[in-house]
Amino acid sequence: MIRYLLPLGIFAGLVLIFIYGLQHDPRLVPSPLIDKPAPTFNLPTLHSPGINIHLDDLKGKVSLLNVWASWCVACREEHPLLVKTSQTNALNLYGLNYKDTREDALRWLNKLGNPYIESAFDQAGTIGIDYGVYGVPETFVLDKNGIIRYKHIGPLNKQDIDDIILPLVKQLEQPAS
Amino acid sequence: MIKTALIIVLMSLNFTAYAADNPVEFSNPELQERYYALIDEIRCLVCQNQSLADSHADLAQDLRNEIYQKVLAGEKDEQIVTFLVERYGDFVLYRPPLTKNTWLLWFGPFLFLLLGIYVAIRLIKKQSAEKNAFTELDETQQKRLTELLNEDTDRNKG
Repeated sequence: MIRYLLPLGIFAGLVLIFIYGLQHDPRLVPSPLIDKPAPTFNLPTLHSPGINIHLDDLKGKVSLLNVWASWCVACREEHPLLVKTSQTNALNLYGLNYKDTREDALRWLNKLGNPYIESAFDQAGTIGIDYGVYGVPETFVLDKNGIIRYKHIGPLNKQDIDDIILPLVKQLEQPAS
Repeated sequence: MIKTALIIVLMSLNFTAYAADNPVEFSNPELQERYYALIDEIRCLVCQNQSLADSHADLAQDLRNEIYQKVLAGEKDEQIVTFLVERYGDFVLYRPPLTKNTWLLWFGPFLFLLLGIYVAIRLIKKQSAEKNAFTELDETQQKRLTELLNEDTDRNKG
């Protein structure tokens, strides 16, 4: 009897492993930066080249850093949702404009709306490397002390915002007990 | 015939495209060797099954440049690898370090080898046991066998 049940059991085990494997997107690589201080930056803002934005400007409040570019097709996908969410003032949303030209990026925001409090202009992509960015758009949730608490790779959808981002922000905003 | 030989020769040649879009020259050949060894060992996260050396992705170009600058600046291989791992995780390494998350990856094949040896030994033991069972009959079995054989010859006679 065991002779016939054993291969069946092995097969069932393999099926379970495959089901587990298929539910994991290999493109989503866990970031080693979670629960670590966000890499510091001091970059010119997208709108006014003379004024710089520093990581410290994001501290004190729970904030989101969204890495985007005008050449990025998936950014266009999540953009309307970011604009809509920004109108509720529920999030402190900052942008990191990644390997873009100022002209293209500004035209993009003028046309599609600007959900960001401010966008840092990372033309060379060096800050992107510090944040381990490998596929725009990416979104980081930073707590009040500038510690990275969450990273989302790829475009955000409504479910991501409602079920993950907003509850997390709410939780992080509560004073530490 | 010549055609086949030519195909075989061409297929066995190994054309490696090292950072095809931007060959990098160092004045110091030792640095150059280290640079090419490094970009061959680091995975490009955009096109995950290519190394930085093979990849044409924008990010791969940036990272190659970053490594180039660091090699030039005199950083050690370990420093450069740590720099990348801190940002992108162990996944950037084609040979991930041995940690509690990766021990199955490293030793899994040996576990399967042991399992295979165990199964093979059991099978061989079982088979030889079956063989022995056929050769050795006890007294009553031998008697019964003779009876059966005699019965058969009797029937044929009749």
